[in-house]
Amino acid sequence: MTAMLEIKDLHATVDGKEILRGLSLSIKAGEVHAIMGPNGSGKSTLSYVLAGREGYEVTKGEVLYQGKNLLAMEPEERAAQGVFLAFQYPVEIPGVSNTTFLKHALNAVRQHRGESELDAMQFLKLLRETMKRLGMAEDMLKRNVNVGFSGGEKKRNEILQMAVLKPTFAVLDETDSGLDIDALKVVADGVNALRAPDRAMLLITHYQRLLDYIVPDRVHVLAKGRIVRSGDKSLALELEQRGYAEFAKEAA
Amino acid sequence: MAVAAKSPAGSAYLDRYAGERVRLEAGARPWLAGWRRAGSEAFRAAGFPTIKSEAWRFIPLHALIEGDFSVDAPPAPFDRSRLKGVTFGRAAENRFVFVNGRLRDDLSSLEHLSPGIELLSFAEALKSRPQLIEGFLGNAPGLAGHPFAALNAAFAADGYVLHLAPGARAEAPIEILWVGSGADKPPVYHPRNLIVAGAGAHATVIEHHVGLCIGSYFSDSVTEIALGQGALLRHCKVQDESREAFHMAVTGAHLAAGAHYDSFVFSIGGRLARNEIHVALDGRRAHCRLYGAYLARGEQTVDHTTVIDHVSPETSSKELYKGVLDGRARGVFQGRITVRPNAQKADGQQMNRALLLSNKAEINSKPELEISADDVKCSHGATAGELDDAALFYLRSRGIPEAEARRLLVEAFLAEVIDAVALAGMRLTLEHNIARWMAA
Repeated sequence: MTAMLEIKDLHATVDGKEILRGLSLSIKAGEVHAIMGPNGSGKSTLSYVLAGREGYEVTKGEVLYQGKNLLAMEPEERAAQGVFLAFQYPVEIPGVSNTTFLKHALNAVRQHRGESELDAMQFLKLLRETMKRLGMAEDMLKRNVNVGFSGGEKKRNEILQMAVLKPTFAVLDETDSGLDIDALKVVADGVNALRAPDRAMLLITHYQRLLDYIVPDRVHVLAKGRIVRSGDKSLALELEQRGYAEFAKEAA
Repeated sequence: MAVAAKSPAGSAYLDRYAGERVRLEAGARPWLAGWRRAGSEAFRAAGFPTIKSEAWRFIPLHALIEGDFSVDAPPAPFDRSRLKGVTFGRAAENRFVFVNGRLRDDLSSLEHLSPGIELLSFAEALKSRPQLIEGFLGNAPGLAGHPFAALNAAFAADGYVLHLAPGARAEAPIEILWVGSGADKPPVYHPRNLIVAGAGAHATVIEHHVGLCIGSYFSDSVTEIALGQGALLRHCKVQDESREAFHMAVTGAHLAAGAHYDSFVFSIGGRLARNEIHVALDGRRAHCRLYGAYLARGEQTVDHTTVIDHVSPETSSKELYKGVLDGRARGVFQGRITVRPNAQKADGQQMNRALLLSNKAEINSKPELEISADDVKCSHGATAGELDDAALFYLRSRGIPEAEARRLLVEAFLAEVIDAVALAGMRLTLEHNIARWMAA
């Protein structure tokens, strides 16, 4: 079986500085992988490269998503094909309500999949059910996208978007950072609810804590722009005990 | 010294239309003829403003000055079937329709005017109700020495006169539709409008300027407003002239104690559009709110000039203008707030924000505060920026195509103004206009 996501020898620069230096990774449908690594190891760069953010220049290597060249697609095309990035720092958009945002996003993605647009009633029903499941207050819909949201609310809002858009491949970039244990459980439940044989996920995290709630199939250690170790979930525990320093040395 | 020699273009303009001036003055009552003559003399002396004049330094007028306009162009073809697309969608309630500056009775309807409210054309008022206008013409703040107001006085032939008796309440908005339509020769017209509201009267006036041709024309309007004690006027304007049109509009309002003037201008059309508002807060606790939203591209110039005079204590003013500029468009915002020595506890807030979608677009902002009282609260601010890349990427990363994401962000930028002022019936028109603009 071919991988859902295949990253081969990926090199990427930001402002002329090489951040990813030969990263390779293969994720199959149904799998959840975790990437752990110290600050500056390239975790967020990887997530932005996968989502297609400007300013992140791939200088070498390739990324195949469902066998297609992901890097050749515009960001909206990637989303329409089922790629989703839960942002480490969700963006505030004054003047756009969360409802409007979600509706435009869902309808754009549905249209791309050849599905009909949802009418206002169907859409609100879907939204309300999803929010209830995620334990989110309905007033978050009327508020402008992420404006004045607490850190936890922003992260829940990312999970709400993910739950509504139902991506095939999701990258969660430090979605656990800054969350208290209750919020962490909500986020983890949201992620676990989406686990399915035809989906895959990549969790990017600094801490092992998240992996108590979302148990990964594979754990990778990222250091200086490359994967330096891969293993099962026990690798995360080992990291927690020994710290990143040793792995950083391996990468050097 | 021959003053006229300083402004050959102004003299030439007056002379070109000498026949029209003779026609307008013939049979006019002495006060009216005198007022018109004073207008033409003032314009002959001042001429068209040039960029050397401080109030006009951002406005290129040569195309307007060189324009060959016609004061007696044949009536443009326009009939009821074309009204639907350019009105606010409601069944006709109280509506005046002007085509090339002339009232079209056959398209207008005044079926639901509340008691105490009179609406008639300027031409009709001159003929049958001169007492409604005689004491008011030329009194509004900002008109003295204003070249385009002088030009208007010389040539004003029609417009609307709205008179509200004390305590009168207009239940439904009064809609004024201005249709500009070029014939063989581009028309020029000089609308003269007057709104007088007695104490405690309330009204909403919506003006909609639309161009139904691709060609040029020139609208040079003056609107005078006098609000009595505690009167309330909501004044909304949608300026959607043809892309080659020249739109010069001067509004001057006097506010008595406790009166409230709410102005909202949405500007999207015209090759050169200047919307100038002068408000004199004469009475204690008079209050005005001037809001504007505009979109311009190509070679368009859009100018908002405001002058607010806090004459009395506890007067307040709030201004918020937001514009989106693309292509080589030029935006101008000039806002002056004056606080007189007597106007203690005055509160004046001014904000002007521009969103630049191209690096060739420009915004010129000139706020001026002139404060002669010590216990006042005044602030002004101006910002100019581009679309937020992070927000654009965020929207796109959720599957929203780039063009749609940009439209959402532009709408969001303008939403603060539109949410604050738009009437229910106008909102759709505005959103439609913004969407059409973004798609063009």
